[in-house]
Amino acid sequence: MGAFGRQIVAVLAKDLLLEWRTKDALTAMLVFALLVLVTFDFALDLRPEVMGVVGPGVLWVAVVFSGTIGLGRTFAAERDAGTLDGLLLAPLDRSALFLAKLLGNLIVMAIMEAVTLLAFAIMFNVQLDLPPIVLTVLLGTIGLAAVGTLFSAIASHTRAREVMLPVLLFPVIVPVLIGGVQATGVALGNPVARDMPWLSLLVGFDAVYVAVGAILFEYVLEE
Amino acid sequence: MPPLTSGAGIAPSHRPVGFHMSISSASATPLLSARGIMRRFGGALALRGVDLDLHAGECITLLGPNGAGKTTLLRVLATLLRPTAGRIVIAGRDVGHEAAAVRRLIGLVGHLPLLYPDLSARENLRFYGKLYDVPHLSNRVEAVLDEVQMTAAGDRPVRAMSRGMQQRISLARAILHEPPVLLLDEPDTGLDDAAQGRLAGLLRRWAAADRAVLVTTHRLEWGEQVASRAVILREGAVVGEVAADGRAGWLVDGYRALVGEADDPLSRPLSPARGGEGTDVGPA
Amino acid sequence: MIASSGANASLNAKLGWATIVLTVIALCMAIFYAPMDRVQGIAQRIYYFHVPMAIMAYVAFFVVLVASVMYLRTREMKWDRRARASVEIGVLFTTLTLITGSIYGKPIWNTWWTWDARLTSTLVLWFIYVGYIMLRSYTPELEQGARFGAVLGIVGFIVVPINYMSVTWWRTLHPEAIILQPTPAAPPAATETLLVSMLAAFLLYCWLLAARTGLEAARDENRELEQELATGGATYA
Repeated sequence: MGAFGRQIVAVLAKDLLLEWRTKDALTAMLVFALLVLVTFDFALDLRPEVMGVVGPGVLWVAVVFSGTIGLGRTFAAERDAGTLDGLLLAPLDRSALFLAKLLGNLIVMAIMEAVTLLAFAIMFNVQLDLPPIVLTVLLGTIGLAAVGTLFSAIASHTRAREVMLPVLLFPVIVPVLIGGVQATGVALGNPVARDMPWLSLLVGFDAVYVAVGAILFEYVLEE
Repeated sequence: MPPLTSGAGIAPSHRPVGFHMSISSASATPLLSARGIMRRFGGALALRGVDLDLHAGECITLLGPNGAGKTTLLRVLATLLRPTAGRIVIAGRDVGHEAAAVRRLIGLVGHLPLLYPDLSARENLRFYGKLYDVPHLSNRVEAVLDEVQMTAAGDRPVRAMSRGMQQRISLARAILHEPPVLLLDEPDTGLDDAAQGRLAGLLRRWAAADRAVLVTTHRLEWGEQVASRAVILREGAVVGEVAADGRAGWLVDGYRALVGEADDPLSRPLSPARGGEGTDVGPA
Repeated sequence: MIASSGANASLNAKLGWATIVLTVIALCMAIFYAPMDRVQGIAQRIYYFHVPMAIMAYVAFFVVLVASVMYLRTREMKWDRRARASVEIGVLFTTLTLITGSIYGKPIWNTWWTWDARLTSTLVLWFIYVGYIMLRSYTPELEQGARFGAVLGIVGFIVVPINYMSVTWWRTLHPEAIILQPTPAAPPAATETLLVSMLAAFLLYCWLLAARTGLEAARDENRELEQELATGGATYA
């Protein structure tokens, strides 16, 4: 494994170790995701009849909103503790840092999504065809994390950082949302869902934004 | 008047006791060479054309009042800030083109310890060691912990340490990868006299081993203890240098001669346009 | 120096006059010269402004992309000024596109808004670049704002085709989408009107861009002077 790969592993391991010790991000994201599901039940009166049509949207909104909270913390914590300087001081490739943060976010979000999916199935009594849904959620999360990690770095340098991240993030991830909801709908047998090559769209989005993020990241971090 | 030379020609009997200096430092090419460093923040120029040389084997101090630009200059030298203009060459490498290679050659101890509060000292050091590709990492971590006398407390989480202890781990972090250039920003703040003396000793030993050390400080007395040369910064420009000439008080005398204030000048803003109010009293 | 110098000012003035003249011509053509659409009636005439506005909005954001890349490569402030100016004009044009699209649709579909592919994509576009404006206003330091803006300018434009594709797939069989496309056998008068209107919109964009970039340059100088005064020191220009 080259030096680039070793650096990614070092930063990723450090972030996962810290997350394991404090469980800050995971707890916040989990609680919030479950809260969103429950809130939707009150707001939309989610009876079994409508779950087929509305269900995928509810799930994805919970994932996106909760994911945004976790993504927002990516750099806020480093900046608050002042440790971002330590990373920038080191001979650490900025793209490696981006990929490490991306992977860290991905792993924590995946854990949150697994629990959310389970809660979703239980709360709303939905039969889940797991393989396609898990694949869809995973592909969508990669795109979400790629754009989110890049924008989180930007937002953490501005005033009103909590507002800035969703404002920047949501319009750009519309393809992920549409693709994710539609593909999940198809998997759940939703009659209104369009059967288009959504997964290819997600893969394309992911490839583009992981690459773009890795390239542009250094411009965000320099001072 | 203290001579404004590097002191290389001074007879050994005139140097302060315990003070070592590489005899070749005056003629060797500088380890770090900065030319024309400018840094703009919005409309204000924090640094206006600073030239600086650091030679291997010397420990120099950067002095100046609050707002002179010491921290900014240090951050530019450490590659944390891009200069608006100017060039920095470290060990023959241009910072603008070979940033990653250059970063391996620099160690920085800043105001913040750059340590993860929820990790232990050892875990922090191991992490940085991996980033810097330090060989024989475990041995090296123990070696630096020993150097700063923190071996026993090595497994305590950093958040449970006092500021002084965190400062020591931060120093360990900075020297972990054995950088030839070490930059420290007011490392003496918050330390008691004994600790300051130990730190001065450590930095002089470090410099003597053919490395270059740059320390900023507010305090002239400590500056004398640690350095052989002082560069004085004022409103973003270098106003002069003072070199050790073997007498105690060389720095205090030299500084006053250059800057021309009667009492401790280091806490008062120098610009007459600000009405000359001395709002701060005494060093930070 | 800023664009208030003699040569630039006269060029701007010429552009301005050309724009006004051409816009008046386009208006007359749209109202009187272009043929009446049998199905959609008089409301269809808005099409001659809606389409050029929409196209120029995308052109404006493409210019932002180019200016963003150039800024990151050269770090010259002039590219950032062009990006800033083009974003504002682009948001203006996008807003007008949405409004004219809405007005266009009301008499035909009896609804102020419809989630068809083009309007929805344009709405998302609007949010992306409004986000840009917000980002710049929340980043007080100019150089940092320029960098962040450049990154957003690149990311935001790249998503445009992907977004359009996803929205179109989402609304594949939506009937309204077909109506918004120009009929293949358009009468020559309609095509001429559209071309003149396109040219007017293009000139409007160029004129606004030049004026706005000059304004941003003046603003930048102003900011620098303010900051110099605030720090109270004598600094270099």
